Amino acid sequence: MAIFLNKDSKVIVQGMTGATGMKHTKLMLGDGTNIVGGVNPRKAGTTVDFDGTEVPVFGTVAEAMKETGANVSVLFVPPAFAKAAVVEAIDAEIPLAVVITEGIAVHDSAAFYAYAVEKGNKTRLIGPNCPGLITPGQSNAGIIPGDITKPGRIGLVSKSGTLTYQMMYELRDIGFSSAVGIGGDPVIGTTHIDCLAAFEADPETDLIVMIGEIGGDAEERAADFIKANVTKPVVGYVAGFTAPEGKTMGHAGAIVSGSSGTAQAKKEALEAAGVKVGKTPTETAKLARAILAG
Amino acid sequence: MDLFEYQARDLFAKHGVPVLAGEVIDTPEAARAATERLGGKSVVKAQVKVGGRGKAGGVKLAATPEEAVARATDILGMDIKGHTVHKVMIAETAPEIAEEYYVSYLLDRTNRTFLAMASVAGGMDIEEVAATTPEKLAKVPVDANKGVDIEKAREIVAQAQFPAEVAEKVAEVLVTLWKTFVAEDALLVEVNPLAKVASGEVIALDGKVSLDANADFRQPEHEALEDKAAANPLEAAAKAKGLNYVKLDGEVGIIGNGAGLVMSTLDVVAYAGENHGGVKPANFLDIGGGASAEVMANGLEIILGDPDVKSVFVNVFGGITACDEVANGIVQALELLASRGDEVTKPLVVRLDGNNAELGRKILSDANHPLVQRVDTMDGAADKAAELAAAK
Repeated sequence: MAIFLNKDSKVIVQGMTGATGMKHTKLMLGDGTNIVGGVNPRKAGTTVDFDGTEVPVFGTVAEAMKETGANVSVLFVPPAFAKAAVVEAIDAEIPLAVVITEGIAVHDSAAFYAYAVEKGNKTRLIGPNCPGLITPGQSNAGIIPGDITKPGRIGLVSKSGTLTYQMMYELRDIGFSSAVGIGGDPVIGTTHIDCLAAFEADPETDLIVMIGEIGGDAEERAADFIKANVTKPVVGYVAGFTAPEGKTMGHAGAIVSGSSGTAQAKKEALEAAGVKVGKTPTETAKLARAILAG
Repeated sequence: MDLFEYQARDLFAKHGVPVLAGEVIDTPEAARAATERLGGKSVVKAQVKVGGRGKAGGVKLAATPEEAVARATDILGMDIKGHTVHKVMIAETAPEIAEEYYVSYLLDRTNRTFLAMASVAGGMDIEEVAATTPEKLAKVPVDANKGVDIEKAREIVAQAQFPAEVAEKVAEVLVTLWKTFVAEDALLVEVNPLAKVASGEVIALDGKVSLDANADFRQPEHEALEDKAAANPLEAAAKAKGLNYVKLDGEVGIIGNGAGLVMSTLDVVAYAGENHGGVKPANFLDIGGGASAEVMANGLEIILGDPDVKSVFVNVFGGITACDEVANGIVQALELLASRGDEVTKPLVVRLDGNNAELGRKILSDANHPLVQRVDTMDGAADKAAELAAAK
C-alpha cells in the first residue's frame, strides 16, 4: 500500500537532462524506481543511458504520459522555469507532481497552487523545496537516500529533508511504509494534514512521525486534525525553539513573525492533541520505539 | 527583505499609488535645501524598520527650512527600539487629513492564497484593530492568477465599508497597490495610513513593503535596496560566499546541512547548554545539500572568525552530502587557516552520519588534529560542544 507512491508508480522526470536531474535519476533508478521517461522539448526523441537503462526523452509531459502511462512527475527544473513546468504537469493532469526545486518565488508557487486548485486538484503537488517521497523497497521520487532504511510500518511526514533522513536513520531497524518531505516553503502543495489522512487510511502504517518547524500554522492545524481524525499513534518533533523572531532560518517559510509561528506554540498544540513530542530527534525516535514496543 | 518607508514610497510612486513628495537625506544640513524644494515646510521622518516612530519622537513637523535642520539634527542618531536612525525622509506636509484608512496585500499561508486587508480604522496598529474590532478589518482572498482589477477592488472596498464618496478612489489605489505587489514580487505591501485629505483625494502617507528574496533573479533593481550598512559583518561575509548564515548571541558555533537539521542542532545545543552554564548556539549556518569541501572550509572560516564563538559543533547527516567530503573540508579548512597564519584555538566537535560516514570518520581519525574530536551521536556531540564552550 504505502501512500502516494508504490512499485506500480510510473515516474517521469522534468529536468532529467540537467546535471541535478541526471544525478538523481540515476539514484532513483538504483532504488528500483520505475522511471519511464524524461521531459525536455529540445531533446525530444533521444534517449539517455543510465548504466544500461535507456530512458526516453519526450517533448512534453502530456506526450510522456500518453506514450508511457506515467502517473508521477519529479521536477528538477531551475526556479526561473519551475512555474511553467508545474503548470504543464497540471495541464497534463498527471496525478502526482513532486517539485524538488528550491528557491521558487512565492508569486510563482502561489500561482501554480491556485492553478492546481482551479483545475480541480487532479494533480497532487508535493513541495516545492522538498526532498520528495520514498516508499522503501518500492519506489523513490526525489532525493531522499534510498539506503538509509528498509520497508516497515512507520509513516513519516516532514517539512525538512535532513530531519527526514535523520529520523529514518534513527528508526532504520524498524523501517518505513512511506516518508514524505513536504517542503519548507510558505506555499506547499501537500500538507502535514494530507499525509496524516493518507497514513491513517493506509493499512500498512502503524505509527506516524510528524516533523514540523517554525513558521505558519500548519502544525497547529495538523494538531486539530489529529484530535478529530487520527486513531493511530502520532509522535512529533518541532525544530526552531531557539530561532530569533523575524529571521528566515534557511527555509523560506521558516520564520517566526511577531508571536506567531513559534516552535513552543506548535509543540503545545500537538501535545494538547495527544501527540508525544520529543525534545530532540533522538528522543523523538525513542518515543516512537516505545509505542511500537507496546 | 523589509524596506524603509522611503523605499516603499518610491515603489508606490513607480506603480501609480498616490504619495506625497519627499526625499531621503543623511545629514541635518541637507534638510534645508530639501525643505526649500518643498516650498519651505516639511515633515522630518526617521527611517527605521520598526513601528511606533511617531510615539518615539521620530516624526516632526518643520515650519521653516531652519526648523527642518534642527529637527533632523534631533532625529538623526536617535535610537528607536534598538534601531539607530541613519536617514530621515524630508516629506511634503500632508494637506489637512479628514480620515485615515488601512489597505494591504499579503500572503495568507494558512489558506495558501494572497489576501487583501482593508479597514476604515487606519492610522493605528492594524494588529490591534484585528484584535479589538475585527469587524472593522475586511479580509478578502485574492487568486494569484486573477489578481485585483477594478471590479475586485470594488468588492474589497464594499466589504470594508468605505464611505461612498471615497469608495472609487480607494478602489483605484487598491488596483495600483496590487500592481506594486506583483511587479515587485512583494510578500507584503501595506499602506497605513491611507489618508483622505480635505480636497477629497486619498494619499498613501506611510507604508511598508517586504520583498521576496527568491525573486531576486528577476528583480535586478532590488539589490540596491539592501541596507548593507546595517548588516552584521559576519552575515555579510557569509552572504558574499553564498552561505545561509544567521548570527545569534551564544557561544557554540554551529555548522550543519539542511535547514531543518541546523535548526534542530541549535535547539539541541541550547538544551545541552542548560547543563553547562547556559551556553547557547552562536549562529545558524546551513551548508546545504551536496556540500563540498570548499563550502565547508568557507563556513568554518566564518564561524572561527566570530569572536563570540568558544567551540564549534559540525553536525552533518549525509543525504546528498557525502561525509568524506565534509571531513576533507574540515581538514582542508584547518590547513588553510593555519597557512594564512590564523591561529585556530577553538575546539571542534564533529558528528557525521549517513552517506559515507565511515569514510568521513576515518579521514578525521587519520588527520588526528588536536582540536578536532568526533562524537558519533547528535545529542552526545551537542553536549560535548556545550561543555567545551563553557570551559573556555
